[in-house]
Amino acid sequence: MKLTELADLYRRMLLIRRAEERLQKLFADGQVPGFLHLSIGQEAVPVGVSSALSDRDTVSSNHRGHGHTLAKGVDLTGFFAEILGKATGLCKGRGGSMHVADLSKGMLGANGIVGAGLPITTGSALAHKMQRQGHVAAVYFGDGALAEGVLHECLNIAKLWSLPILFVCENNGWSEFSPTDRQLATNLEKLGKAFAMKYRSVDGNVIADVAAAAGKLVGPMRRYPAPAILECRTTRVRGHYEGDRQDYRDAGEIAALEARDPIRLAAEALAEAGAAPDLIAGIAAEVDAEIEAAAEAALAAPLPKSADILADVYTPAEV
Amino acid sequence: MTEIRYIKAVNQALWDAMEADPSVFLIGEDIGAAGGSFKATRDLLDRFGPERVYDTPISEAAIAGMAVGAALTGMRPVAEIMFMDFTTLTMDMLVNQAAKARSMFGGQGSVPMVLRTPHGGGLNAGPQHSQCLEAWFAHVPGLKVVCPANPADAYGLLRAAIDDPDPVIVVENKALYAMKGDLPDAPEARERIEIGKGRIVRPGHDATVVAYGAAVTMAEAAAANLAGEGIDVEVIDLRSLQPWDEGLVLESLSRTHNLVVAHEAVEAFGIGAEIAARMADIGFDELDGPITRVGAPFAPSPFGKTLEDAYRPNAERIEAALRRTLA
Repeated sequence: MKLTELADLYRRMLLIRRAEERLQKLFADGQVPGFLHLSIGQEAVPVGVSSALSDRDTVSSNHRGHGHTLAKGVDLTGFFAEILGKATGLCKGRGGSMHVADLSKGMLGANGIVGAGLPITTGSALAHKMQRQGHVAAVYFGDGALAEGVLHECLNIAKLWSLPILFVCENNGWSEFSPTDRQLATNLEKLGKAFAMKYRSVDGNVIADVAAAAGKLVGPMRRYPAPAILECRTTRVRGHYEGDRQDYRDAGEIAALEARDPIRLAAEALAEAGAAPDLIAGIAAEVDAEIEAAAEAALAAPLPKSADILADVYTPAEV
Repeated sequence: MTEIRYIKAVNQALWDAMEADPSVFLIGEDIGAAGGSFKATRDLLDRFGPERVYDTPISEAAIAGMAVGAALTGMRPVAEIMFMDFTTLTMDMLVNQAAKARSMFGGQGSVPMVLRTPHGGGLNAGPQHSQCLEAWFAHVPGLKVVCPANPADAYGLLRAAIDDPDPVIVVENKALYAMKGDLPDAPEARERIEIGKGRIVRPGHDATVVAYGAAVTMAEAAAANLAGEGIDVEVIDLRSLQPWDEGLVLESLSRTHNLVVAHEAVEAFGIGAEIAARMADIGFDELDGPITRVGAPFAPSPFGKTLEDAYRPNAERIEAALRRTLA
């Protein structure tokens, strides 16, 4: 991978990390209403996958979806404003962290129901196939979603109908508060085999690996629609949600995650590729400034008006 | 005009909508070569091909969810769920996804999908193939629900549902599938029916029966019986359950001052309960008697013929309810 490409991916990953760290702080300060599920430690997956996608390609996401959303290129201020429940949010403050969407960027929404993005994205892939424009769909789901019935329905239909969909599993080993190995009698690789589907497994914390695998799987799909599975082994650093003390996790396991930090690994890869230290520092300074501006704008933005409670439940009749 | 059956009117509406708009496509179980388990999609595979008519595996959640995703990606899917009882398997996709996408995404887009499904008894189909579950969907903000009572309405409401930008559940009544009615021969003369508007089927001035689906014909029969005694009953076919034509019902009540609500679904916590509650509120001053409801008893729909006959509402029960209101 060229240095400029790697630097660009590093920048996108760092943007997600810093955005979530800022949200973490805002949450601790009581500025974020509701629940917050952070994807710290998983940033390489959406950045790598999105490097193979355009705005016309669609993705859908899950409850841990900030990275998926930002990697699809949504407006950062609108993103912060949405999570703070502001009128200027991407969803006018009606969705929040678990429902951020930007249809203009092909981002069909984070989702509060585990596995629900799977049939939605499969339907989006069917639409792409009918429209014959070479667009594809990608769905992010965790290893916990492997136990949901709709996964099996969708793998079956996607394969039967040769739909252009990339099933991206972020396998962080945890199904909310329980280790996934105590919840599943099988694994995704075996499921992929059962459905005769193209399957690749990568270290989801190594950005170059994720990007390369996503590119290899998505490229052919545009001309010859067919599904594929990309399983990314990754790390959930924070709890299921902010405020989760994770006392069900071994302290040693959490401590060991540091060595696999995708941001650190990407910075090391940049250095190895010959990046000067001030390049990395410069990226960090730019990202920090961008985050700060977006967060400040979101904090200053107005709250939605209570009179708007019935707006957008239905589409207004054309006048 | 040609006389056609209700099921053929559904088929014609799908045909005409697919001719008119290439983004309309069908998705459901056995809807292709088999033409659907009630033949609503007969000949559509031959006419429009497998890229417009998708015969799915038995995966109801995926059918409904794929309709949501395709609708968010520029298409107008029309899904069929073989029996309304099976919509239980689609609930996440309809209730959490289709219904909420527009609102929770701040009005960024719409979900122009239709889900057709037959409800109702009369076929001895038993407890898991006869239920009328429309009140569940009418309770969910973001969904629309219609229930045609005759062939012309089956055509007109389905066309309107397919044109509608929001998710619409079209509840057909399988006991009415053989019902005959007229449809114009020229496609351009076949009319859509506005969602949200009811219709006065029979004018009257002593009492109003609000009904939908199979109960409309039952209400007409009850009204005909009572006419012999000089009791003049107005019958309203609601046509659309969410939104429903509150103005039409209130206007009728303000003339007749007596109200009965009749449907095939279980009476408790049903569509009738909502109508009765609203009229008891905004129409209180117009009422001369209690608002009575006619629906199925609070039991699963039974299989055996004597039991099912006793379970389903009929003209006699609507007549009895009218007498109680008028007493």
